[in-house]
Amino acid sequence: MKILVPVKRVVDYNVKVRVKTDGSGIETSGVKMSMNPFDEIAVEEAVRLKEKGVATEIVAVSMGVPQCAETIRTALAMGADRGILVESDAELQPLAVAKLLKALADQEKPQIIILGKQAIDDDMSATGQMLAALLGWSQGTFASKVAVEGDTLTVTREVDGGLETVALTLPAIVTTDLRLNEPRYASLPNIMKARKKPIANVKPADLGVDTTPRLTVLKVAEPPKRKAGQKVGSVAELVGKLKTEAKVI
Amino acid sequence: MTSLVLLEFDDSGIKQPSRSAVAAATALGEVHVLVAGINLSIASAAAAKLPGVAKVLAADNPALDHLLAEPTAALLLAMAPAYSHILAATTAVGKNVMPRLAALLDVQPISDIAGVEDADTFIRPIYAGNGLATVKSSDSKKIITVRAASFDPVAVDGGNAPTESVSVGDLPGLSKFVSAELSKSERPELTAARVVISGGRGMQNGENFKLIEPIADKLGAAVGASRAAVDAGFVPNEYQVGQTGKIVAPELYIAVGISGAIQHLAGMKDSKVIVAINKDEEAPIFQVADYGLVADLFTALPELAAELERS
Repeated sequence: MKILVPVKRVVDYNVKVRVKTDGSGIETSGVKMSMNPFDEIAVEEAVRLKEKGVATEIVAVSMGVPQCAETIRTALAMGADRGILVESDAELQPLAVAKLLKALADQEKPQIIILGKQAIDDDMSATGQMLAALLGWSQGTFASKVAVEGDTLTVTREVDGGLETVALTLPAIVTTDLRLNEPRYASLPNIMKARKKPIANVKPADLGVDTTPRLTVLKVAEPPKRKAGQKVGSVAELVGKLKTEAKVI
Repeated sequence: MTSLVLLEFDDSGIKQPSRSAVAAATALGEVHVLVAGINLSIASAAAAKLPGVAKVLAADNPALDHLLAEPTAALLLAMAPAYSHILAATTAVGKNVMPRLAALLDVQPISDIAGVEDADTFIRPIYAGNGLATVKSSDSKKIITVRAASFDPVAVDGGNAPTESVSVGDLPGLSKFVSAELSKSERPELTAARVVISGGRGMQNGENFKLIEPIADKLGAAVGASRAAVDAGFVPNEYQVGQTGKIVAPELYIAVGISGAIQHLAGMKDSKVIVAINKDEEAPIFQVADYGLVADLFTALPELAAELERS
């Protein structure tokens, strides 16, 4: 079975992001970029399914500027077999990404598509669910455990009150939550090997998809800052202030 | 212009995040609400009492039990023509169902709104709340999830809306509910609690979370945790407060042994009053805390329990 893993190039999670002074967005020039952390978990899960003999081929897909090829390269070094870069300088919102992925899925015919549950830049948490809808597939979102048996995919999901397990008919979509696995670091030999793995390059127009954004960002503002308060010397003083000053207990 | 809000409910009525979604919808015009699943009498009655609700729609069908994404999105798709906006709270259910619905309608969803500017324009946090984006949608229908912590929930009482049942057509059977492992607790839900007390890596193990319990009992607080504490296995995932866990904004948030990573702050910095207890006086959590106590939590927590007991 083939697994498709979309990976997004985002501002590295360790970077303290700054809002641009003109309010047009977040400062991304000269900032370290990495694979979206949830997508690393997706790649790892696909590689584990291949190591278990469930999957036979893993195709990593990224979309956007040419540098997204580096993100695909990271997935290849972790164990994906080949890559597809959908190259575009335009902004790609989740609906457009889902449509592009659907077009690729129609060509590649994977049985499982594993995505991160959200990208840490736009925090939309939408692409996987939208792709499932466009393909008419079932979806197991926020997965903390995945098991394949025949044509059934059992997914344990992190939900508000605990865990929920659903059984999905394949083909299906999985989106990863934090505790699904711990992604591996690519070894040096695997990084070298990844350089030789093929990455195909396509354009949105090749896939017949209109990627016009539906949301216009009018402005991006800094959130209101919290000021550091006061240090208290003892538990008794803390309780006293919470009672008489903050009046919350 | 009429909005439809997908409600979540349990035996005690409509869940608080859903009541916040109703509050957001009220800013947009007339509000209808949907309860879907089985045994809907309690939920329908509770929904009818929500202030600002003009009509309750009840979809009674076993396929809708647990509000799985595939059948719920299909139902909402069938109901969509009558509505300009369809909303749900940013919960596990809302996040699962609404983008699926949006794609079926060829609409870009607007996730996790924290403010309503007008019928097309909304404010939503990006980059873990490090930016607040004002976005305008060009779609004719808006599919929205609502950040509960940003909207005061409507009251549980005060309305008197009529209830209609919805005829449910064929629903896709692509997925099946197998089981749920929900934690049972006498405490309030994290996202609904007036007081939240959370432990971090400094708690050292799950057993030590017992030190938090008497304080939570005394304050009627929900217990939360940082991602570090959840990843280390001290407590289950549903305790996690942060960018990728639950977003809370209680009146009082007490962070114990939590350093204050950006992703944790993203989940609690809208709390009214923040208290930090940490032995490291350089911990970033003190930069957002209204009251900071530099102390070893293993002495401070028993003291705090005793102090609260005394008063």
